[in-house]
Amino acid sequence: MTRRTPTTDVALIAGFAALIAVCAILPDIKTGVGVPYSLQTFGVLLTGAVLGPVRGFLSVVLYLVAGLVLPIYSGGASGISHYSGVTAGYLVAFPLAAALCGYLVYRNHRNATQFTLVFTCGLLSSFVFVHTLGPLNLAWRADLSLKEAFSFDAAYFPGDIAKNVVMALIATAVHRAFPDLAARRSPATTTDEPATQSA
Amino acid sequence: MTASPLGDYQPGTSVFHQLPVGAKLLGLLVLSIVAVSFRGVPTTIGLLVLAVAGCVVAGVRLRRAARALRGVLVAMTLLAAYQTWQRGGEHAFVVVGALVALLLLATVFTTTTSVERMVDAITRWLGPFRRFGVNPELVALAFSLMIRGIPLTLAIAGETRDAARARGLERNPRAYLTPLVIRVVAHARATGDALHARGLGDD
Amino acid sequence: MSRIELDRVVVRAATPGGPVPEVTVLRETTLDLTEQRIALVGPNGSGKSTLARLVNGLVEPTSGRVVVDGLDVAKKGREVRRRVGFVFTDPSAQLVMPTVVEDVALSLRHQVRGREERADAARGVLASYGLEELADRSVHTLSGGQRQLLALAGVLATDPAVLVADEPTTLLDLRNARMIGDLLLGLPQQLVLATHDLDLALRCDRVLLVDDGTVVADGAPDEVVAHYRASAG
Ligand SMILES: Nc1ncnc2c1ncn2[C@@H]1O[C@H](COP(=O)(O)OP(=O)(O)OP(=O)(O)O)[C@@H](O)[C@H]1O
Ligand SMILES: [Mg+2]
Repeated sequence: MTRRTPTTDVALIAGFAALIAVCAILPDIKTGVGVPYSLQTFGVLLTGAVLGPVRGFLSVVLYLVAGLVLPIYSGGASGISHYSGVTAGYLVAFPLAAALCGYLVYRNHRNATQFTLVFTCGLLSSFVFVHTLGPLNLAWRADLSLKEAFSFDAAYFPGDIAKNVVMALIATAVHRAFPDLAARRSPATTTDEPATQSA
Repeated sequence: MTASPLGDYQPGTSVFHQLPVGAKLLGLLVLSIVAVSFRGVPTTIGLLVLAVAGCVVAGVRLRRAARALRGVLVAMTLLAAYQTWQRGGEHAFVVVGALVALLLLATVFTTTTSVERMVDAITRWLGPFRRFGVNPELVALAFSLMIRGIPLTLAIAGETRDAARARGLERNPRAYLTPLVIRVVAHARATGDALHARGLGDD
Repeated sequence: MSRIELDRVVVRAATPGGPVPEVTVLRETTLDLTEQRIALVGPNGSGKSTLARLVNGLVEPTSGRVVVDGLDVAKKGREVRRRVGFVFTDPSAQLVMPTVVEDVALSLRHQVRGREERADAARGVLASYGLEELADRSVHTLSGGQRQLLALAGVLATDPAVLVADEPTTLLDLRNARMIGDLLLGLPQQLVLATHDLDLALRCDRVLLVDDGTVVADGAPDEVVAHYRASAG
């Protein structure tokens, strides 16, 4: 009955870009380990898992592009400076990780409400992209050896796993609340007749 | 009561304010490649001089420059200490000095580029992709919606956190993140409907 | 005056994961709405919003046709949406631009070319609703009543032939509810108003009572409202 409109897709893409920004600028969750974890990567993977590959990718790209001029990356330093810094690899990895996570969840969309599936998709995506591109750029920019860079990066593993648990709990709850979010586009979504497009 | 509570933009008339957005981005990209490809004391000194000159010309206030550096101060100090210990003081200066210079140059970009000019530039760059089904107006709309969405989402986050606290669940991130995200989706759908009703999907 | 026709319209919704795969939200309904001010009343979940949203294509009929001024909503959605303005319960979802003047300017994008001219026209619209002082404010900082008034101003700026409003006063205090209600009822346009405010319904020209997905009473406001009051008691 309710049609899936392009405007709803735009609103979801923008809404989740804002949500990632809020996750990144909310005060960090203090952990006992000493490394404060921001919710930024949580927001990125959640966006993929909830919106799927295309909308998820676009949403993270929108967040990153807006971050060029707005101070919405975690860490507080103003926008674009992150790209010239040591964290650029992580930023570039984000849309790819969101897209992969979304692709895997939506491929199995009938099981989008299962915790284990979403958790595995999130973790896999973050290891395929975030924990590779991140330390590679770190090594390049900060002139560290690969071994050094990858062991710095490994300090984030425990926090990442914890964030993925929360991500999967919440993404599955959202898919239960909005079962049609991950459903295939119905054929009835084609818009007006071609004749009316010329207006 | 300002229109946009976010952003580091500082109105002005310097050359950097007048340069096209694309030129500024390209310049930053080139300089960060130079920093890594020609790593050395002269390059780092050159970049630092350029960065300080850029800040002066663009009229970046001292406080703003300090704020840009503050966020990464800890990481930079750690990196400097580590590099000094592993490879000596000169190497630490070369690496960390270049990163600080690029950070300052990035601050020049953010202080001289307004959100409007950024969105205008992006819509212009997307123009040629119209034939592939890209609608630049919808992209510009997505930016506006996102900027409007940040204070809104912060307000919802505050409300759901309070609600969780009222139920004694403040230590459970799930108790406030789940309603937050569900309200973000619900709000996006209502917004999508309203945009559709205003004919925005029809353009 | 405009004319809204529903021809044997049925709306069903898929409910994935539910006990039944589909529910009927609106049973077969045929209506011809030509009065100027039409109110939709009925209990929660009866189908008022569904009926209202059919008029501009936000809800698509599973079968049957919805026609506005001779235009089939399913086929001529674009033209219909230009004729039909829609006001929602929660104005926060409807106001999409960061500042007040930008939001009204968004409505005027077809009428006025040129960024400056459009901003000027938007300020003119705001002035006609006494909102000129808010023009440069962030939408986020407005009160509920100001937001709903702004949402209405944004919709009316395009001069639609029909205005559909789904519980536009529900979130407002008494004074703002009265202000918005008076404004809506005083409009020259055709108005379709879903509401729980029976005093507002009594001031319309025709009232439809909806219950359990079907129109159970239809006619003069005092009779239908009396019937609703009796059946609820
Ligand atoms: N997408 C959907 N899937 C399943 N059921 C739906 C869907 N949309 C609406 N319904 C059901 O259709 C019925 C009518 O809903 P509608 O929103 O039109 O009611 P309403 O009269 O506007 O109620 P209220 O006064 O609470 O706003 C409700 O029972 C609702 O649960
Ligand atoms: Mg309703």
